[in-house]
Amino acid sequence: MSNPKPKLSIQNLFFTYGDETEALRNINLDIMENELFILFGPSRSGKSTLLRLMNRLSDLSEGGQRQGKILFNGSGIFSRKVDVINLRRRISMVFAIPTPLPGTIYDNLTYGLKMAGMRDKATLDERVARSLQQAALWDEVKDRLHTSAFALSGGQKQRLCLARSLALEPEVILLDNPTSGLDPISTTIVEQSLHELKQQYTIIMVPHSVQQAARVADKAAFLLDGQVIEVGRQKDLFVNPKDQRTEDYVTGRFG
Amino acid sequence: MNEHNRPHTSTEGTSMKTREASGPSKMTARSLWENLKDQSASELIIENLIRLSGISVIVVVTLIFFFLLREGSAAFLDIPLRQLFGSRWYPIEGLFGLWPLMVGSFWVTIGAVVIAVPLGLTTAIYLGEIAPLWQREILKPFIEVLAGIPSIVLGFLGWVALAPIIQNLGAPSGLTAFTGSFILAYMSLPTIISITEDALYAVPKEYRDGSLALGATQWQTIWRVVLPAARSGIVMAIMLGIGRAIGETMAVMLVTGNAANIPEFGFGALFQPIRTMTATIAAEMGEVAQGSLHYNVLFGIGIVLFVVTSGINLLATRLVGGRGKRRPGGRL
Ligand SMILES: Nc1ncnc2c1ncn2[C@@H]1O[C@H](COP(=O)(O)OP(=O)(O)OP(=O)(O)O)[C@@H](O)[C@H]1O
Ligand SMILES: [Mg+2]
Repeated sequence: MSNPKPKLSIQNLFFTYGDETEALRNINLDIMENELFILFGPSRSGKSTLLRLMNRLSDLSEGGQRQGKILFNGSGIFSRKVDVINLRRRISMVFAIPTPLPGTIYDNLTYGLKMAGMRDKATLDERVARSLQQAALWDEVKDRLHTSAFALSGGQKQRLCLARSLALEPEVILLDNPTSGLDPISTTIVEQSLHELKQQYTIIMVPHSVQQAARVADKAAFLLDGQVIEVGRQKDLFVNPKDQRTEDYVTGRFG
Repeated sequence: MNEHNRPHTSTEGTSMKTREASGPSKMTARSLWENLKDQSASELIIENLIRLSGISVIVVVTLIFFFLLREGSAAFLDIPLRQLFGSRWYPIEGLFGLWPLMVGSFWVTIGAVVIAVPLGLTTAIYLGEIAPLWQREILKPFIEVLAGIPSIVLGFLGWVALAPIIQNLGAPSGLTAFTGSFILAYMSLPTIISITEDALYAVPKEYRDGSLALGATQWQTIWRVVLPAARSGIVMAIMLGIGRAIGETMAVMLVTGNAANIPEFGFGALFQPIRTMTATIAAEMGEVAQGSLHYNVLFGIGIVLFVVTSGINLLATRLVGGRGKRRPGGRL
């Protein structure tokens, strides 16, 4: 049988923080193109650490130690030859705590593009509109693009941060709990747009809850103490988990 | 320690109270009341002490201001303004032109700012944003030591070490405005560095992560996000640094040559001997007869200094965005 090549392939990945916290222990995962891949597990299981490694933001944590590989389109992202800046434009990350940068909504959306050297106003405007639509925020802010981004509500900020990543038209989007602090309606809106986004992007997401994971996942991995306990397609993992620990967690009998 | 036999000190009053309301602990109504009474009495005392110290500052500043006005106003009333802002400072001949002193202070301060601000900001940025931990741990103590050096020691160093170098470079004398600027710059550097660094530190980590994750380089992140977000703190750092430079007296007196002449305008002015307002007061105060016109003029200089520094402080608050409007401002 002929397996298509994975978009991202994580191989024997270990990560230890400067203070000796072993955050990840031997992670092996393959993520396919246009897949919505869920990373779930209890707090401190290493989900954010793994996401941050995928666009090399872990380069920031001092004294961190890493072993193993992550292949993006088949080539290693930790290799010395890789242009980290370019990588981050192709694998974009949205953080759990939505933090607009100081400035207007428009400034936030065009920041990444401008830093990449794009100056053409028409293209910028078009990307702004499109990314806001994709993030289901356009209708709410289209008349106030040039007002401060700090004035948005928590949920709007979250979608703004999603939109500003989309504006870069990356290949992979890393979403760290994109619906934390959202009301059920906004959550539904974001989940629906995820559905459309994965036609165009590969999405790796840390969900807000197991329920959300089960709702949106194509495929999911259960993390515990920095290890992948089980990987599977949505119906296998959430309906018939093989591992007892996964079953306990999924059914809420954890701990 | 058991919750029930905690000492009922006044500072714990509030927490005891809430615990009483929600927790299982059984405190009698009476002890709760005493606790509250206790607390409000001590709070009253503290509040008034704080208020008193606040008021005392206002009183003292007002007194200083009136004293300055009383002793110095004669200079502005008795001497024609034309002469007061004239170009000749010869107190013995009754010529009290403040212009050379003002120009002297101006050049020394400008020189100090031009040296200290870029140096201070880049050092702070390096320390706060770029240097790895171990370098930071080495650099920091040095900056603290620099802050601890008494200004007169720096002045002395300027006199024996820096002045000869400047003279060798071709200046008529080593004791010039620039020598003073250099010393002042190093005196204000620790202030500028440490306050700027605090301002950078206060910028949320999420801003940096957010910017980097959007594919910005570290420099773009610092320039476009971190510095604007830290703007008000940085303005503060610069203003406090300048404040220190303008007010400094003894070290400057030692190294600027103390010649009350007006250097020609331009870059060359930095390499001529000058005399500052502060140095003039310090040098001549001991020799004037109290109540004489000369005495009044020295206080008049004090008024000028007072006005200038207040102006700078005012400007600083304006730049920072004014009272009550301080928030992480800036734009991309
Ligand atoms: N910057 C850091 N320095 C040191 N240790 C860290 C750092 N960030 C995370 N850790 C540690 O690494 C482990 C994994 O953390 P991580 O943030 O990846 O967990 P998580 O699965 O995202 O948790 P949560 O669901 O609470 O967000 C934890 O033990 C955490 O304490
Ligand atoms: Mg996390």
